[in-house]
Amino acid sequence: MAKHEYAFYPGCSSQKGASASNYLTSVESMCKTLDVKLTEIPDWNCCGASIGYAEAGELPRHVLNARNFALSEQHLPGQEIVATCAACWLGARETRERLTHSDTLMSDTREALKEAGLTINEMPNIRHMVEVLIEDLGFDEMAKHVVRPLEGVKIAGYVGCQTNRPFGVAGESFENPVYLDKMVEMVGAESIPEYEQKVTCCGGALAFSEPEKAQAQIKDIVESAYDHGAEMIVTPCPLCQANVEIYQGQINKRYGTKFDIPVMYYSQLMVVAYGGSAKDAALNGQVIKARRLEEIAAKPVKR
Amino acid sequence: MSANTAVAEKYRNNFLKEIEEQVEMGDWVKMCMQCGVCSGSCPTNFQSAWEHPPQELFMMIRAGKREEVLTSSSMWNCTSCYNCIVRCPRKLPITHIMHGIAEYAHRLGMAPKMQATRFFSGLFWKNATKTGRVNELKLSMGLYFKDGFVQGIKNGMAMQAVALGLVKAGRLNVMELLGGHKCKDQKGIQAMLAKAYEIERTRKTAKLAG
Repeated sequence: MAKHEYAFYPGCSSQKGASASNYLTSVESMCKTLDVKLTEIPDWNCCGASIGYAEAGELPRHVLNARNFALSEQHLPGQEIVATCAACWLGARETRERLTHSDTLMSDTREALKEAGLTINEMPNIRHMVEVLIEDLGFDEMAKHVVRPLEGVKIAGYVGCQTNRPFGVAGESFENPVYLDKMVEMVGAESIPEYEQKVTCCGGALAFSEPEKAQAQIKDIVESAYDHGAEMIVTPCPLCQANVEIYQGQINKRYGTKFDIPVMYYSQLMVVAYGGSAKDAALNGQVIKARRLEEIAAKPVKR
Repeated sequence: MSANTAVAEKYRNNFLKEIEEQVEMGDWVKMCMQCGVCSGSCPTNFQSAWEHPPQELFMMIRAGKREEVLTSSSMWNCTSCYNCIVRCPRKLPITHIMHGIAEYAHRLGMAPKMQATRFFSGLFWKNATKTGRVNELKLSMGLYFKDGFVQGIKNGMAMQAVALGLVKAGRLNVMELLGGHKCKDQKGIQAMLAKAYEIERTRKTAKLAG
């Protein structure tokens, strides 16, 4: 039996061929090393994300998340739900809070769920993968498995918004969370605690609808990473990762910059540090290739 | 009588009450003390300036400026970064109030028609709930073709390099156009959502009548 078991809510962007499929691949490799067992919630659905607000309304949005709770309770009773995506985690947690604090919302939700033949008896705990790593495993346990430290690599820890606000990771500040820097140090790389854009918004969904606004923000995030001498950026959020990575070419055209900095997931750094291959870490999923990590991943492991 | 005229009649001269009863988290609006921390914390207000930043919208609601608030493009500038929520000294759930006012304006048909984020927001929800899971390719294409076919092709061309990068990295699958990921129990999801809309409508109408 695995040391830690959870009901897994991967989210739409993690699916095969989707924008964060590299995140999922690296999380799976990471969890194998850490003996964490994730069992996908059968037939899980989209959380609605924050951007669905024009049509979602209050109850339909919570019902959508509650369906996942009900499926989890039915198929994986007693397990906490773990999400890797910031929006999934936030959406599910928000629903949990609202339903817990309003009997009306709860009974309305139960009534709607009946239509899908589902019910909720207990509210599940909703965890982000980084919470599991920090709180259930701890930095010492995470560090134990490092066999290939990312020595000499300077990495800007970009936490972004939705993993940090409004819930965030317990004990961390909204303005200057430090857990990501600690994870960078844990894999043997050099962190940049003074990186002042670590909680700046990447523009979220506005990167699609009003790119000029989002790209102005992304420019600040990338520029500051360069100013601090970072070789790459790391983030825990799929939308942060995509937004900060894939529009660098357009930003270069718009602002005359020469951005070309890789944007990684914490799980990818960990897999390489744990001795995994480039394939295990899904480094082929980067639009801006992380050459330095690819080189390290090709090196033999010191055991 | 249109939905808009009906509520305007009922809440005549009391727009604050209308917001409190009809908008998600609207009952928080009166708690605003006009400090402006939300506006100073908002990334899009900082970069390009909202027509009316959050604390101004709150005061306009209290001043009964119904038309100006509901037709404003302001709320649609929200990136859902939640900075305003965590910084508000009176703990107003500002992000949710912005989404709530936007949703209400959309529901009444008063929100600016071609505002890009309004369009995308509706598109996202429809895309996600149609099969239970987001189809990223159809979502992007839907946005590019918002202003017609010719503009759609132009937008698509402008995004060519970005899309190609994603395809090469295995993070955008052109086959998604033919179907893509979906939930098994789509019928159950549709029925459940229809019920949720029905309940929500009934509750809002009851407030209107009460």
